[in-house]
Amino acid sequence: GIPWPPAEMAWQEVSLFAVHQVAERVEALGQFVMKTRRTLKGHGNKVLCMDWCKDKRRIVSSSQDGKVIVWDSFTTNKEHAVTMPCTWVMACAYAPSGCAIACGGLDNKCSVYPLTFDKNENMAAKKKSVAMHTNYLSACSFTNSDMQILTASGDGTCALWDVESGQLLQSFHGHGADVLCLDLAPSETGNTFVSGGCDKKAMVWDMRSGQCIQSFETHDSDINSVRYYPSGDAFASGSDDATCRLYDLRADREVAIYSKESIIFGASSVDFSLSGRLLFAGYNDYTINVWDVLKGSRVSILFGHENRVSTLRVSPDGTAFCSGSWDHTLRIWA
Amino acid sequence: MGMPPEMGTPQLPAPAEAASPGMERMIVSMQDPDMGIKMRNQRLLITVIPHAMTGNDIVEWLIQKYGISEEESLHLGNLIVRHGYIYPLRDPRSLVLRADESPYRFQTPYFWTSTKWPATELDYAIYLAKKNIRKQGDLIEHEKDNYNLLHKRINHTWDFVVMQAREQLRAAKQRRKGDRIVIDCQEQAYWLVNRPPPGAPNVLEQGPERRNCHTTRVQLAKNMDYYKREIEYCRKAMARTRVKSSICLEGYLKFNEQYVPHDPIMSGCLPSNPWITDDTTYWAMNAPTVTTPTKLRVERWGFNFSELLMDPLGRAQLLEFLKKEFSAENLSFWEACEELRYGEQSRINEIVDSIYQQFLAPGATRWVNIDSKTMERTLEGIKTPHRYVMDDAQMHIYMLMKKDSYPRFLKSELYRNLLAEAVIPPETKKRVFPFMRKQRHSSPSPALLLPAGDTEAKGEEKSRSPAAVPEEES
Repeated sequence: GIPWPPAEMAWQEVSLFAVHQVAERVEALGQFVMKTRRTLKGHGNKVLCMDWCKDKRRIVSSSQDGKVIVWDSFTTNKEHAVTMPCTWVMACAYAPSGCAIACGGLDNKCSVYPLTFDKNENMAAKKKSVAMHTNYLSACSFTNSDMQILTASGDGTCALWDVESGQLLQSFHGHGADVLCLDLAPSETGNTFVSGGCDKKAMVWDMRSGQCIQSFETHDSDINSVRYYPSGDAFASGSDDATCRLYDLRADREVAIYSKESIIFGASSVDFSLSGRLLFAGYNDYTINVWDVLKGSRVSILFGHENRVSTLRVSPDGTAFCSGSWDHTLRIWA
Repeated sequence: MGMPPEMGTPQLPAPAEAASPGMERMIVSMQDPDMGIKMRNQRLLITVIPHAMTGNDIVEWLIQKYGISEEESLHLGNLIVRHGYIYPLRDPRSLVLRADESPYRFQTPYFWTSTKWPATELDYAIYLAKKNIRKQGDLIEHEKDNYNLLHKRINHTWDFVVMQAREQLRAAKQRRKGDRIVIDCQEQAYWLVNRPPPGAPNVLEQGPERRNCHTTRVQLAKNMDYYKREIEYCRKAMARTRVKSSICLEGYLKFNEQYVPHDPIMSGCLPSNPWITDDTTYWAMNAPTVTTPTKLRVERWGFNFSELLMDPLGRAQLLEFLKKEFSAENLSFWEACEELRYGEQSRINEIVDSIYQQFLAPGATRWVNIDSKTMERTLEGIKTPHRYVMDDAQMHIYMLMKKDSYPRFLKSELYRNLLAEAVIPPETKKRVFPFMRKQRHSSPSPALLLPAGDTEAKGEEKSRSPAAVPEEES
């Protein structure tokens, strides 16, 4: 049998390890001012998801009425638009090359659209159906190239696909309910990603083997969003339990909770500033809270949206972040 | 006053969960006899309503209790009212919190959204019928429309509806005026939440239903396979080394110290943040390939090997350095392996073969120096090629570059010169006068870029701004 407990396992620091312990050793943040610098109007219904292009200014966004729009958010010009055959397009992603986008939702699929400026070409004509799930698509992301897509679904699984052939390369089973979000690890050596679901679990996966490497279950409700800390050694989560949490992968545990008694609505979407010092979180109470990751305190609250904030991403060079809302708009904050 | 039981009503979906599980807790603490809001009688014209409070009371209490600003308090209070947990006594038609002497009351738990009474058509019909009778047909627009709609839809039970309405009105007449007003307001607030007028936000709206997948059932098939996987997972979990907390914390401190100066939101950026000043110089100066990189960028290459490798300009400089050391094939090999890992499934055989010919075959022109064990394993593996077949070899070469070449690169004259020649852009301040706002120029979309070699056409493309394309149906 397996010896229990293993001799070399020391029951150290069970409750004492928390990031805010270093709070005194970190400089305080000065006056924090962030404003809406652009408002993108054009969706006729709730904005559900958005993603940045690597060029640091273009974005793709998707909405409840099936519309997917590509914007140059700097000028606020719309550059491409397509209407999906389904409603609730909950996932969209920009390809690393900037030449294509992927999206999906209640159609249970993830489709790739090459972006074309040729007025004679119908963007929808070149649409490629890549992923097939048995329930709604909740999240999608290209890996390091335009040729692979990672998806998360309401059917409880994640999957890796070859875009060109639509072939399933690997599937990831382990969540006990809908998977709502995923994020790829920033490392160029590893091959891992993290997912969060309605089973309150965040799971870290090996893309090559399909195995779950680590699992974290400390939230009290659905995990709507997961995002890696820039070093790749940790990740943050946002949940319907109105908290955000930080999980350290090397210590294999939760190391911070970002919560406030006055925040009683779920966090729908989280992302870090470039240095990882700030965590931006969009909530179902229409606000965005800015957290000091190391001190554990809230730095600022941003008002502006007139309905739930459903999606939030920091730009690739960290100069701004974009939020999308059920109020039909997207905002760029800097 | 009671809500009549459903009688032959159509099956309606259960109302959505309250958007916020914490709201009830908050409401309960607001009504705490000691620490909650001080309730008093409020005067509504000539009628006295007991157990009420003012909008101001609510805002102040939230500010004190949670240590938040007035703006946040007002925002939070408004959400509470919009969800129907507190309702206004004056002007009960709009669920809005006013930070003044306007009177408010706590909604009876009977009507809380979390109580999950299905707000049936029948109930709504009775409510509208009551209003119709009381106001002698003078309903507001959308209520009139709903009334007519329901009259058509559940016409078969309309006698019952009117009878119930009349009965409830009769019973209400026997109550004190104050109670009647309260009951009316409670009901009104309930229906404003459950049947919002057009244009008003529907706070009960949820996204697509969750938890309708059948994975739970599948997972619970606790067969041999399931337990085998569980044991394997637990074994691996126990064997994994966990890093000491002190080391992890040091890691956060170090990362924070290194990267905060490079974080535009934390530390600003030079010459300016394009989103704030509308000046795109920052992007131009930090483009993937520029002649002279900025100082911050070149410094960042010194943080870790990853920063150097993943910056196209840094990688190009690394290549130059490796050429001088006659080990450029390492970087090329690594790049070829990346192409395999992330490439099309259909090209795997082709790419593996290409890598073998260029880098691994005996006498290959760009032979890479891998240890014999790894080489043996790799050569065996490529007999059945797959996208991860080069993983070991790739990692070996990566570590070689990282542990061996990279430290030398940082000490090299090449790198020192890069640092010395790197630019620090001068700061441009935000324009003070809004009418002098810079024109926001568009940039060529990455989707416009033509394959390399077509440089003439490229030049033409770059000067054309992409115009908005009309929408296309899928």
